[in-house]
Amino acid sequence: MTLRSLFLWALPVIALLASLSLGSGSVGPGDVLALLSGNGSDEARFVMTELRFPRTAIGIVVGLALGISGALLQSLTRNPLAEPGLLGVSAGSALAVTVMILMGSDSAAITTPVAQVGALAGCGLVVAVARMQGPGRDPVRLILAGATLSGLLLSLTSLIMMADQRTANEIRFWVTGSISGRQWEELFATLPSMALAGLTTALVARPLASMALGEHVAVGLGYRPGRVQFLVITTVALFVGAATALAGPLMFLGLAVPFIARAIGGPDIRRTLLLCLAVGPTVLLLADTLCRLLVAPSELPLGVTTALLGAPLMVMIVRRHRMPTL
Amino acid sequence: MTDANSANPTLATRNLRMAHDHHTVIEDLSLTLSPGRVTAIVGPNGCGKSTLLHGLARVHHPAGGSVLLDGGDIHRQPSREVARRLALLPQDKDAPQGLTVRDLVGFGRHPHQDWFRPPSPEDRAAVDSALGAARLEELAERPLDTLSGGQRQRAWIAMSMAQHTPLLLLDEPTTALDLGHQIEVFELIRQLAATGRTIAMVIHDLPSACRYADHLIAMKEGAIISAGTPGEVVTRALVRDLYGVECDLLEDPATGSPLLINMRRSTDP
Repeated sequence: MTLRSLFLWALPVIALLASLSLGSGSVGPGDVLALLSGNGSDEARFVMTELRFPRTAIGIVVGLALGISGALLQSLTRNPLAEPGLLGVSAGSALAVTVMILMGSDSAAITTPVAQVGALAGCGLVVAVARMQGPGRDPVRLILAGATLSGLLLSLTSLIMMADQRTANEIRFWVTGSISGRQWEELFATLPSMALAGLTTALVARPLASMALGEHVAVGLGYRPGRVQFLVITTVALFVGAATALAGPLMFLGLAVPFIARAIGGPDIRRTLLLCLAVGPTVLLLADTLCRLLVAPSELPLGVTTALLGAPLMVMIVRRHRMPTL
Repeated sequence: MTDANSANPTLATRNLRMAHDHHTVIEDLSLTLSPGRVTAIVGPNGCGKSTLLHGLARVHHPAGGSVLLDGGDIHRQPSREVARRLALLPQDKDAPQGLTVRDLVGFGRHPHQDWFRPPSPEDRAAVDSALGAARLEELAERPLDTLSGGQRQRAWIAMSMAQHTPLLLLDEPTTALDLGHQIEVFELIRQLAATGRTIAMVIHDLPSACRYADHLIAMKEGAIISAGTPGEVVTRALVRDLYGVECDLLEDPATGSPLLINMRRSTDP
C-alpha cells in the first residue's frame, strides 16, 4: 500500500470508525453495531449522540483548521518547522480566552472571536519576529523565538490560573488541549469563521505557491506579496482562534499534518492544502482515540498525546542533514 | 513560435527617482526602452542598474517620478494586467525542492488564468512551446534541483516565455554560470528577441553586453552617462570612466560589435 492511499483512504476511515466506536468507557464497537441495527442500550445511545458524534465532528474540524494553518504558516515563512502551536499563535489565543474568563465572561458565544483576536496578536508577533530574522533565514532561529514567545504567553496563562481559582476550574482541561466534553453548540459557533477561513485559503493558495519562488517572482507574475501575507495571516488567525476555542492550545498538529501531506504530495502548497483536508482530521482523530485508550478507564488530555507524538517528529525534522526548503 | 506582441508596448521612465532606506540611488532618470530590441544595462557595482530594473518591473515604488507602461503609470494599473504585458526574471528567486521544470514553467501562465479554472489548452500549448524553445522537453518532468545551472536558468527563462509578454526584464541572467552556460542563456535571449519582444537586461559583463545586445545603457552613480548601439557607447574613455580599466578596442569580424582587448587596470585614478 502506498503512503498516498494509506493516508487518503485507509487511515481516514480507520480513524473515523475508531473515534466513533472506541472510548475509555464500556461502550465499544459491539454496542455501536447494536445501536445501528436499532436495538442499542440507552447508555450507548447517549454516549454516541451526546459524546462521540460531537467529539468526532470537533476532531475533524480542529484537525482541518490546524493542519491548514500549519501549511499556510510554513509556506509563508518558508520554514518547515513553523506551526501555530510552536510559534505562539495558539498560545496568544489561549491567553486571550483566559483573560476573557478572568474578567467574568463564561459565554461560549464570544469565546471564538476573542480566541481569534488573540491568535491574530500572536500572528503579529510572529511576523515581527520573522522580520527581525534577517537575511540568514535560519529556520531554527524563528522557531526558537516563537517557542520563547509561546512559553511566555502560556506562563501568563498559568499565572492567571494560579491567581484566580474560578478561571482555573473553568479552563484546567481546555488549557492542556482536549476535545472531550464539548457541545454541538460550541462547534456551531465556530463554523461561520471556519467557512470564511476556508474561502480565503482557496483564494490565497495560488499566490502563495508563486511566492515560494521568491517575492520578486510573485510580483512579476502579477501578485501583491503584502496583500497575500495579510490574507494568510488573517486566515491563520481565524482557523487557529476557532480551533483553540474548541480544543485549547494544541501543539505539533500544525507541524505533523503538513509534513505528512508534503511527504505524500510534494512541495506545492496547493496540493499540500488539499491533502491536509484528509490528513489533518485523520491525525487528530487517531491521537484523540489514543488518548481514550492509553490510560482507560481514565483519559489523557489530547495536548499530551500530540506533544508525545509531535516532539520526536520535530527533532527528526531538525536533525535532517539538510533542512528541507519551502 | 507564436507570440503576443503585435502592437509594440512601451516601457519608459520619467524623472525617475529611486531610493533605498532614504538613501537615493537614482536621482533623476528618464529613458524609453527601444521596442523590439535587446537593451543591456551596464555599469560598475552599485551604479543603480539593478535598482533601475526593479523600478521598471514595479518591484519597488519610485521615490519620485514615474514608470510608464504604454503611457500610463505602472503602479496605477492592476498588477495582473501588467503581468500580461511585462515579465520579470529577478535575481532573487528560488525553487522549492522537488518542483519540476514543467511545474515551474506553468507558473508563467498565472496572469492568464483564473484561480478556480484548470489550465486551458492554450495554457498547455504555451508551456509546451516555451519548453521547446528553451530545449527543455527532455527535462520537463525533472525536479529543478537536479539540473545544471544553465539548464535551471533556461527553465526560469522558459517560465517568463510562457507568460507571453511582449516585454521581458532580466536581472543578471548569466551570473554564476560558466562560459558554455552563459552562451546557452544569451542565445536563448537572442532567440526571444527574434520573436519581436522588447528585452532589457542588467549585465555585469561588458564584453557579453556588446556581443548580445542591440542597445547599451551605461550607468554610473545612478545616472545614464551614455546610451546607444554598442559601437556608439563603448569607447576607451567610457570603459576607463565606468570601471577604471584601460583597454583597446577592435571590431568583431563576425558581428561588427566592439571587442575589448588588452584590458588592464588604469594607472591614473
